[in-house]
Amino acid sequence: MAASESITPVLAILVSFGAALVILALHQRPNLRDATSVIAAVIKFMLVISMAPMVLRGELIEYNLFTVLPGIDFAFRVDPLGMVFATTSSLLWIVAALYSIGYMRSLNEHAQTRFYACFAVSLSAAVGGSFAANLFTLIIFYEVLSLITYPLVYHHEDEAAWEGSKKYIVYLMGASKTFLLIAVALTYFLTGSLDFAHDGLLKEVSSSPLILTLLYFCYLFGFAKAAIMPFHAWLPAAMVAPTPVSGLLHAVAVVKMGVFCVLRVIFHVFGVQLMGDLGLGIATAYLVSFTIITASLYALTRDDLKARLAYSTVSQLSYIVLGAALLSPGAMVGGIMHIAGHAFSKITLFFCAGSIFCACRRRKISELGGIGHRLPWTMTAFFIASLSMIGIPPVGGFISKWYLIVGAIEAQQLAFVLVLLISSLLNAAYFLPISYTAFFDKEAPPSGAAPTAPIREIPLMAATVMTTALLSLLLGLYPDYFLSLAQEVIK
Amino acid sequence: MVDSAVNTIGFPVLSLIVLVPLAGALLLLWLKDDLQIKRLALLVTTLDLALTLTLLAHFNPDTHLMQFSEKYQWIPALDIHYALGVDGISVLFVFLSAFLGWICVLASWRAIEQHVKGFMCALLVMQALMLGVFCAMDLFLFSIFWEAMLIPMYLIIGVWGGDNRIYAAFKFFLYTLAGSVLFLVGVIVLYFEGGQSFDIQILMTQKYPFAVQFWVFIAFFIAFAIKVPMFPFHTWLPDAHVQAPTAGSIVLAGVLLKMGAYGFLRFSLPMLPLATHYFATPVVLVSLVAIIYGGYLALAQDDLKKLVAYSSISHMGFVTVGLFALNVAGLKGGILQMFSHGIITGALFLLVGLVYERTHTRLISDYGGLMKVMPIYTTGLAFFTLAAMALPGTGAFIGELLVLVGVFGFSKIVAALAVIGALLSAGYLLSMFKRVALGKVTNQALTNSRDLDAREVVTLLSLALFVLWVGFYPMPFLNIMHASVEHLLQQTQAQVVLISR
Repeated sequence: MAASESITPVLAILVSFGAALVILALHQRPNLRDATSVIAAVIKFMLVISMAPMVLRGELIEYNLFTVLPGIDFAFRVDPLGMVFATTSSLLWIVAALYSIGYMRSLNEHAQTRFYACFAVSLSAAVGGSFAANLFTLIIFYEVLSLITYPLVYHHEDEAAWEGSKKYIVYLMGASKTFLLIAVALTYFLTGSLDFAHDGLLKEVSSSPLILTLLYFCYLFGFAKAAIMPFHAWLPAAMVAPTPVSGLLHAVAVVKMGVFCVLRVIFHVFGVQLMGDLGLGIATAYLVSFTIITASLYALTRDDLKARLAYSTVSQLSYIVLGAALLSPGAMVGGIMHIAGHAFSKITLFFCAGSIFCACRRRKISELGGIGHRLPWTMTAFFIASLSMIGIPPVGGFISKWYLIVGAIEAQQLAFVLVLLISSLLNAAYFLPISYTAFFDKEAPPSGAAPTAPIREIPLMAATVMTTALLSLLLGLYPDYFLSLAQEVIK
Repeated sequence: MVDSAVNTIGFPVLSLIVLVPLAGALLLLWLKDDLQIKRLALLVTTLDLALTLTLLAHFNPDTHLMQFSEKYQWIPALDIHYALGVDGISVLFVFLSAFLGWICVLASWRAIEQHVKGFMCALLVMQALMLGVFCAMDLFLFSIFWEAMLIPMYLIIGVWGGDNRIYAAFKFFLYTLAGSVLFLVGVIVLYFEGGQSFDIQILMTQKYPFAVQFWVFIAFFIAFAIKVPMFPFHTWLPDAHVQAPTAGSIVLAGVLLKMGAYGFLRFSLPMLPLATHYFATPVVLVSLVAIIYGGYLALAQDDLKKLVAYSSISHMGFVTVGLFALNVAGLKGGILQMFSHGIITGALFLLVGLVYERTHTRLISDYGGLMKVMPIYTTGLAFFTLAAMALPGTGAFIGELLVLVGVFGFSKIVAALAVIGALLSAGYLLSMFKRVALGKVTNQALTNSRDLDAREVVTLLSLALFVLWVGFYPMPFLNIMHASVEHLLQQTQAQVVLISR
């Protein structure tokens, strides 16, 4: 593939880092500070999308900073897979930045400067990860993302926040320390390089299948952000964070960083050929199918809205990995598409949960009776996004699920078609009742803690949730951009 | 007789590097005012640092030969010379010693209030001796520097230490002395077996019988293992660190511990290759125990200094495991890990010292919410905590990565087990940071603590520079040591190949 050199990817990464410094400097001027977030988000998205035409033409954009060790560079390469992740996270940052302003101000949250600064840096880390040209660069950004989101998770600084954030950091750092360091060292030992290769870095390595299998699972579990069971418990625990964090980070940037890394390993470290030869694809597929079904069952039993969404995320992330693991063209496209498909819908769902909380301080689904009449925009957005998650046309989630099912058939793995269908039913079972309750149940009597003020839409927040909902609808109607990128990946 | 050395500077730079601090110590004796004493000490260490930078700038990385050699006859009857020289391995530690010496003077600016003159003298003498150890090319001279180091260190701990300083100083003295005695025995054996010469380069070319190598290796091993310190010879370290003043801890962790590992590199590996190969597996296993046991002990500490001290045991385990993997990656990783551990642990002890000056407590449970009181300090603490955790992008990561790559060549299972140490380090460091820096300020005594001043920030920034430099761009460091490491490995393997034929 043709490659050209450009500093744009580095600039795209640095924009939000620079914004974080400005945000810290402006801590006395909240309006300017919050405007900085939005402006930086727009600039970042423009920079990212400016590279899209080249990538869609099948060209790569590279930028090599310096050589760290022989075979290891600190380098960036913009390729179609990275573009999928970078576009998704930078586009949604714009929406999330606007939504955060509404959320943080209406709840009068403390430490808002820290919040916005960490938020901005985490976007640098996410885009840095998506443009990383090798495992070394990727892991730097991966770890930065774990650490910079830690203050966002303990934001409330109460007992629950410390508990949740402890679990968060222990799982993420523990997994990466245990598995990633050794996996990277072994990869470097075997190949003398850490560069991603189009058909797999390890393809010409002669090592015992046992070692390679162990190596693979070190990567799979080391990237615990992908939340594959049994390393998923940090995700529900992270729900103690303010909702914009749950929305953008724990439905888009952080978790997608996890699955993105797993996809990188499957496609560009091991390669489709080696994955198939070692039987690792099918093993992974079974593993994640277990996660898909089990997490959905967990979600069914949760009455706390954010907890239900969190388990739904665990389940949906495994769709992405399932797609890659099936190793058939259709499934791989489906998996990659679902990075975007899930992101747009899940951020909507989380933001709706946040809007509900801001409007009436309710977290439990059982308390949401009749809320649809008070918050019509929010609950409509919620309904659209639910349909996407279930996989009903024409919303975005349908496209990815379609490709996944086609891919499973292509791979002649009908068991996984069944998994996809069952999980769709489960999705419907835990999402539709929420909308039903909101629109058709009787209004719940106000509980003691509820504010006496009438429950009303907060305009900025309602507008942003509708935007993301429409975006996920648009993704279903015009999936072309992400679809062509995904097809470029598997070429 | 000796390989013609490459000296590209027109003056005896190594002698100057060793003698400048010594001369500075003498000059200090004439001064009365504490501030003047500190300023002179700073001037002397800055000059010394500048000299080592010149040394690095003129160092030729393409050869394994000793560079900047100086050799004068001293005691002809015993063939003892005053011989100095550096190769690609020792030059890094010459720089590290001079750099940390400079940091130590800055770190003692406010921490030392009594007997400033004595302290600065001891510190400068200590620095001269440490530099002497890394430069000495004559075994007799080396031993003198090596033994003499005990005295200033004993004084630094015993006079300017904490409440239990006498006990800690004695323990340190006795342990190290025991090691030194064994070291001397080994030196004498080498002298007689090696053709009655003290010249280190000549001794390196001798082929000693296995029986000799076996016993000398054991003697040297105990001597060096006490310094490193390796399990089970580590028990002096926590006491010494906890009682020592900040500068003492920095020197101890940053340079003295490295001398044990340097001893392995300079003597055990090239002079006793057969025994090295024979003992490699046990040494690797003992190092593995140190990695895990040290980390496990660190997990249980409530005293900040003890925590850093035990973490040193664990991190130095990575060094020895790398060295005894006996391949290029392991050796380079081990040496790089020595360097970056010196910087990072030095910085951590400095940070503990800075906060101790203000609050007079080292118990983690007395802290909490420091971020709200001293944000600049806490940022520094966060940075070096992450560096000690070997986060990618810091020097320790490159060190550990190369060590692990080397250990994979030795045994995959050992490499997998060594990772437990990395996991433990994340555990104790993150939990320490959380308890010290985050949450509410529970101890009212903390609320009036002043944040760092410019001097303290500069000190920390200069350390941070090297952490990031090694973390992102370690090539200059690896290039400097490359030729010497390759040559060392050849020396270690040549005899073994001969025997096995």
